[in-house]
Amino acid sequence: MTSILFFEQLLNGIQFGTMLFLMSAGLTLIFGVMGLINLAHGSFYMIGAFSAALIASLTGSFWLALLASLSGAAIAGVLIEIFIIRRLYRRDHLDQVLATFALILLLSEGVRWCFGAFPLYLDIPENLNGTLPILDDIIYSKYRLFIIFMGLLIAAGLYILITKTRLGVRIRAGQNDRQMISALGIDISKLYTIVFALGASLAGLAGAMIGAIQSVEVGMGEPILILAFVVIVIGGIGSIKGALIGSILVGVTDTIGRIFLPEFLKVFMEPASATSVGSSIGSMLIYILMALILIIKPSGLFGKT
Amino acid sequence: MKKFTTTLAALLILGSTSSFADGHKVKVGMITTLSGGGSGLGIDVRDGFMLAVKGNKNISVITKDDQRKPDIAVQLADKMIQSDKVDVLTGIIWSNLAMAVVPATVNQGKFYLSPNAGPSKLAGKGCHKNYFNVAWQNDNLHEAAGGYANSAGFKNSFILAPNYPAGKDALTGYKRYFKGSLAGEIYTKLGQKDYAAEIAQIRASGADSVFFFLPGGMGIGFMKQFSQSGIKLPVVGPAFSFDQGILKAVGDAALGVKNTSQWSKDIVNDANKKFVKDFESEYGRLPSLYASQGYDTGKLLISAMSKAKVKDKDKFRDALRKADFSSTRGKFSFDKNHHPIQDIYVREVIKEGKILTNKIVSVGLKDHSNAYVSECKM
Repeated sequence: MTSILFFEQLLNGIQFGTMLFLMSAGLTLIFGVMGLINLAHGSFYMIGAFSAALIASLTGSFWLALLASLSGAAIAGVLIEIFIIRRLYRRDHLDQVLATFALILLLSEGVRWCFGAFPLYLDIPENLNGTLPILDDIIYSKYRLFIIFMGLLIAAGLYILITKTRLGVRIRAGQNDRQMISALGIDISKLYTIVFALGASLAGLAGAMIGAIQSVEVGMGEPILILAFVVIVIGGIGSIKGALIGSILVGVTDTIGRIFLPEFLKVFMEPASATSVGSSIGSMLIYILMALILIIKPSGLFGKT
Repeated sequence: MKKFTTTLAALLILGSTSSFADGHKVKVGMITTLSGGGSGLGIDVRDGFMLAVKGNKNISVITKDDQRKPDIAVQLADKMIQSDKVDVLTGIIWSNLAMAVVPATVNQGKFYLSPNAGPSKLAGKGCHKNYFNVAWQNDNLHEAAGGYANSAGFKNSFILAPNYPAGKDALTGYKRYFKGSLAGEIYTKLGQKDYAAEIAQIRASGADSVFFFLPGGMGIGFMKQFSQSGIKLPVVGPAFSFDQGILKAVGDAALGVKNTSQWSKDIVNDANKKFVKDFESEYGRLPSLYASQGYDTGKLLISAMSKAKVKDKDKFRDALRKADFSSTRGKFSFDKNHHPIQDIYVREVIKEGKILTNKIVSVGLKDHSNAYVSECKM
């Protein structure tokens, strides 16, 4: 029974991780290519979820809603990049943090004006409802398997995009030497807009997929944003591979720690205090993990030194 | 941005009501959660309160947003007491914020009327003559849920709540009345939205029922994920996860769930009928229990103002203690520790046409007070 529970929790951790990956891939790409610290990344998560909820309530289709989340967040990304972010590339990180933090507040209030403060309804499609038996005794939510599948699909897609396509070559070149790539006649500002929109749309997709099983409400992006930053610091800033491995690591550590730490503490503490101490330490675990990794590898697992 | 707009709004309110010569006037400082996660609760409390005091020229209200952060709530309270010179504070939703603000407020001689949070510490040893709770002591609804679980024949419950003062009060309250055994007991992170790990534990625990207290957006996630998990256990909880603001977002996953509340839109009395009708026509949505609490807080304040001047603290306090107003809940009075004695109902989530709402099925606990009265030395 414990092994079944463990396996199920492992899947939960991986599912959480793949979702984090969608968030952190965009964040790390934007930082790696454009050198921009984008605190407003969580807002695209929210915009994606709200676009999806809007389209789902109009059309009733979950798949159209997913498309809407991608395009809604991408459009918002393009507009914000052109009108605001573009002015920030040459400024130092503190200015970027200040401006993108202001964006969080503006976007949250904006969404609240449009949709109100009450959570919106977004549900998963009928054919992904319920559970699927995987091995003998293990049953797992179909929708969560779908999230894992989508996450891996997008990871593979990003891998191909970065390594096999012309756009990918430019992105990598942009990461290495910004001045050289523009000297070679590549329209760097267009490239930046594309990368920013790509990152925003991935965050939007994550928001819609998670919004369907959690809640679609103002401010939903910020808690995830903090975790996404933890992930990219662990994985090494700018590295997509690092983001993938960091996400899974954070997802699994958080889930497993949260559940098994209180159980473990019960061995030598009374149950009530074991539960509260265990869940307190459980929620610190990923930050402890981050600290340990930074001690061993100061620039993250796959970061450039 | 949030800060600017609220300050601006506050300035406007200040500008429009600048004369406070008359002793019958009362200045109210409302600190509540108006932005970010959980803002639906604060907005409902504010709207309910404003509806109650609407048109009353002797009450002026300064409303500010605490963003659900204790440090901000403390700053706002200090400012309201010291520079705005408010007489009464109210509005706080979350128990951790109440613990940070209330003791300092009442010790400075101001009145605090709680429209929501009722942590056990403020009902027992930390009670204060200037602190009144108009909603409930935190344990109350959970105690009723425990009582309901007995009558429904549950023997082995799995219980969970967030790791903060009200979460601990919730599980304590449930356990105080529930006679069966516990299949598991977990504290989750405050603000957590994904419960896959907890639901897996519930599945593995062999429980025959689930009790949860997850207010606001937390409960939406839990109910949806629980219904998708295919676990067919009966669920019981306090009304916070099934109130009007949230049901729409939970959807059909909530249908049939039993929940406990001190208020429901179908309680039959004139005050409640008027409240539901006025609230709907004023704001264009159905009221929640939070709105009813805000409304009762406003009505309580008005009833005390008609009896005494706020500057005459002892008389005003006595007037508050009498609770001489017609509550939306029907019978309502204060116990010795200034917490309500009231009926707690068991409700069921139903569909009225296309709208999900609640209907009372039975009275869970009659004339219910709280377990901390004897600890309070007032």
